[in-house]
Amino acid sequence: MTPVPDTAPASGQGSPDDVLSVRNLDVTVGGRTLVEDVDFTIRAGERVGLIGESGSGKSLTALSVMGLLPEGLRATGSVRLAGVGHDLVGADEARMSRVRGKEIAMVFQEPMTALNPTMKVGRQIAEVLLIHRTRPDRASARAAAVELLAQVGLPDPATAADAYPHQFSGGQRQRVVLAIALANDPALLVCDEPTTALDVTVQARVLDLIVRGVQDRRSAMLFITHDLAVVATACERVMVMYGGRLVESGPVQEVFTRPRHRYTQGLIGASDLTAVDDRGRLVTIGGSVPPAGQFPAGCVFRNRCTQATEACATRPDWISTGPDSGYACFHPVPESGAPGTGTPAIQEAGRG
Amino acid sequence: MAEQPTSVPLATPGPQTGPANAIDVRDVTRDYRRPRTSLRHPSPPVHALRGVSFAVPQGQRFGIVGESGCGKSTLLRILAGLDRPTSGSVAIDGRDITGLRERRLKFVRERLQLVFQDPMSSLDPRMRVGDIVGEPLIAQGHGNRRERVAELLEAVGLRADAADRYPHQFSGGQRQRISIARALAPRPKIIVADEPVSALDVSVRAQVLNLIADLVDELSLTLVFVSHDLSVVRHVCDRVAVMHAGQIVETGDTEQVYEDPQHSYTRRLIAAVPTLGKALSGVSAADLNQEYRP
Repeated sequence: MTPVPDTAPASGQGSPDDVLSVRNLDVTVGGRTLVEDVDFTIRAGERVGLIGESGSGKSLTALSVMGLLPEGLRATGSVRLAGVGHDLVGADEARMSRVRGKEIAMVFQEPMTALNPTMKVGRQIAEVLLIHRTRPDRASARAAAVELLAQVGLPDPATAADAYPHQFSGGQRQRVVLAIALANDPALLVCDEPTTALDVTVQARVLDLIVRGVQDRRSAMLFITHDLAVVATACERVMVMYGGRLVESGPVQEVFTRPRHRYTQGLIGASDLTAVDDRGRLVTIGGSVPPAGQFPAGCVFRNRCTQATEACATRPDWISTGPDSGYACFHPVPESGAPGTGTPAIQEAGRG
Repeated sequence: MAEQPTSVPLATPGPQTGPANAIDVRDVTRDYRRPRTSLRHPSPPVHALRGVSFAVPQGQRFGIVGESGCGKSTLLRILAGLDRPTSGSVAIDGRDITGLRERRLKFVRERLQLVFQDPMSSLDPRMRVGDIVGEPLIAQGHGNRRERVAELLEAVGLRADAADRYPHQFSGGQRQRISIARALAPRPKIIVADEPVSALDVSVRAQVLNLIADLVDELSLTLVFVSHDLSVVRHVCDRVAVMHAGQIVETGDTEQVYEDPQHSYTRRLIAAVPTLGKALSGVSAADLNQEYRP
């Protein structure tokens, strides 16, 4: 049951500012590999986005960090968190439950399932303070809960604390979840598509609160979404995932204006609703994302990439272009290449 | 039950005489009552639609934008003849549908078809794709269904052998293609799409939007496209109506509404949409979140 961590101690090259260090993370089920060789570091106060389409492995990466992988899935590699003396990979539930809600907190897409419908929200916030003993008694925990509700902008927080989750709208519920997540000033906040189910104006509100919440606490943030614009708005750094691997990473400004990996380039092109061809059609990536575990060997993107050659049948090495940036591609976009559109990597799929 | 408004000048009865608008909505209201919560008083009515009027000429691509609870779903149900307005009138191809009985609505089912947001819950998981796509043809007594189904699947970019498989064997984008094929089966002239790409990934969204655009062009369809995302509507539609709290607060040419919004709600809606361009030029989450003050 306990996978042996690939002991590459985070202390080896880690700086004191490192909050989360993920090394050689694999997630497997049966004989299939769903996440492969994922490696990254997030430092205090850093907001890092993880983008990719359904089936890219981004949520599994987040769940491995939190020790919440579904039954049957197995993580190997190493996940270290500052201030926690053990590796999170392979840690048992008793140890993980001491970390979760304190050092790591999370916000998921669906706020209704994250809240207990039979418990007043004030008590749900107070609970996380009392369980981790960060407040001495019920009265002070309750006061802190009301203060947290005020911080996430709920009007009349004292009354809100005595309401049940169903009495709130979707956006308000997500703010309650955020209040719970921020209650113990976590070192790392993991957000998995936190605004995807929300209306645009509510999304703006919740994004603003998340960013302010982590900035005020100098927490590290891992923000998972398929929406490039949301990541560019909320994060400073971005990692692009496809087929269970990181294919590119770097500062938001750099990756989104000068992508190197052909998949990143395709994603940027496809999400740009203002760039159209002479028939008024959007740029697309040909084909579709294969089912999990059925990506091609070698470069995972090669069956959809117009630049692919025989070389791509072997796995491309990670080419590091900076401390936190790099890509894995044999035929990268030339550095002077125009971003997004117009290059042959992206084809007009039409009815594809 | 539904009161028939007396002054509806455009409701020319009978089949099309001249180019009637594809859709004409005049002063439609719809009130609901929530279940009682008190023995003494009935619950106050909910005014889901409060005097909505607009017209969609044949061949136009018309967008409806609004957030949850603005009444856009109620409006769609009324357009499709699935619900009736409390007052006001709706005409499809110049024929008033508000007072008609269910079995007189057959022409609406032929002329106007719906595509829904979630392609998983709108496709019966126990039916084969061929039967799903061909089902609308049974009601209309089509001959040679197999051939038509194959033709439809090909039109939406699926292989003809998809007909023998089940919805769960397809990805989200492919399932939305199946929904579109089903909607096209009875050869409608009007497609009403309710958030058809909101559940899709970025690269799939672009493919499905291109497919919709191709079909609208090739089949000369009238398109009503409902979305909460103004930037998608801007790409797809010629004209747009912005809904808020059961009313249309602004209508106009899409580009014009986007570039120069007149109503404060429209301005706030546009300001709240995150885009890559805005983000890269330094717009932060705090900038998107401007309080709405009417």
